[in-house]
Amino acid sequence: MKATEARTYAHPDVLVATSWVATNLENPKVRIIESNEDTLLYSSGHIPGAVHVDWTNDLNDSVRRDYIRKAGFESLMSRIGVTADTTVVFYGDKNNWWACYAFWVFQLFGHTRAKVMDGGRVKWERERRMLTREVRQYPETQYKVQERDDSVNRAFRDEVLKHTELKLPLVDVRSVDEYTGKRLHMPDYPNEGALRGGHIPGAKHIPWSRAINPETGAFRSADELNQIYLEENRLNPDEKIIAYCRIGERSSHTWFVLKYLLGFKNVKNYDGSWTEWGNLVDVPIEK
Amino acid sequence: MAMVSDESERASFLISYADRFKEVPPDIARRPFAEDHRVPFCESDAFAWAVPNPDGSLKFYFAVENPSGVSAKALAVILDKTLSGTRPEEVATVSPDIVEKIFRQNISMGKGMGLMSMVQTVKRLALRACSQSSLLQDLA
Repeated sequence: MKATEARTYAHPDVLVATSWVATNLENPKVRIIESNEDTLLYSSGHIPGAVHVDWTNDLNDSVRRDYIRKAGFESLMSRIGVTADTTVVFYGDKNNWWACYAFWVFQLFGHTRAKVMDGGRVKWERERRMLTREVRQYPETQYKVQERDDSVNRAFRDEVLKHTELKLPLVDVRSVDEYTGKRLHMPDYPNEGALRGGHIPGAKHIPWSRAINPETGAFRSADELNQIYLEENRLNPDEKIIAYCRIGERSSHTWFVLKYLLGFKNVKNYDGSWTEWGNLVDVPIEK
Repeated sequence: MAMVSDESERASFLISYADRFKEVPPDIARRPFAEDHRVPFCESDAFAWAVPNPDGSLKFYFAVENPSGVSAKALAVILDKTLSGTRPEEVATVSPDIVEKIFRQNISMGKGMGLMSMVQTVKRLALRACSQSSLLQDLA
């Protein structure tokens, strides 16, 4: 039994162990993708054969605050040598924040053959597995996709406002200082800050990091996650839930946990998150 | 570094600095490292030390516990190269703005916070060295 299966997740196949990745490095139907917050990391050494997908340069629209559209995604997939039949496996730093973010964006385009490597980059490194600086080039592919569909996994501002009016559950995954409004932004770096601090009314505070075993960097077992999200915080897997953070990267991690590890039926990531809500005129805020 | 405008060239420079990182020697500090030498808000688990040289300047040492702490290691090497051998009162005037100048496009909020905190920690160590030096002069 795979190590991840022993933890009885709702969709265990979406999570793979480092050992699985190690034995599939040369599998032509698998493409390992590294996505990090620290853009230096991939170049400093990566899993052999892994390609780099940078969330700023590869997934974001260069002008509008939005993600790439059909043409951009097709171009990206072509460049990294992926077809509709390729299973992409994401990993990265910060316990897979950005890997989950990239995974989430790929779901907006319906590439469901996607997995996350449990434990991310740090687990691979701690296990002293091989890293290389060699950048492998893959033959370009012809990748065709439908236009991006945000309806299932992405929440926008108006939907969030209605969600609060209906008193439906929200999950704020930020730090306690951000949730309480004590911290608005990093000193001297207001680019990702907000004019107002606090949280969206009714949002439960469940920091993203609670889903991770701090000793291994791997996701906690389903029992442990159930305890945190269902028992302690009384989230209902049948209810519509929206997760948010500052720009949607930490909340995509929680979206992944709720949807794939715990099997919640209707979870969306509000990527506008606090950088939008905290700057939005005349929306309710709690402290 | 400020003159390197090409993103990939800058990244190569930074990685080359990180490759040169040497951890604090055991005669200065051993694990477990004292928490008062930990760099706050740094997710790379960085630590910093300042040791006075005979001429009154400082020598800086660092440890980076997170194996993914490439940027922290690069900054540690840069800070050592530029600030070691400098008098504490000069180090105390260094601005955390140098982080943005060094890392430019390769920075994000979380990472930037930790890196700026490294600079702030170095300044704090320098200020501590200043006050200890003043105390010794008063006692002399």
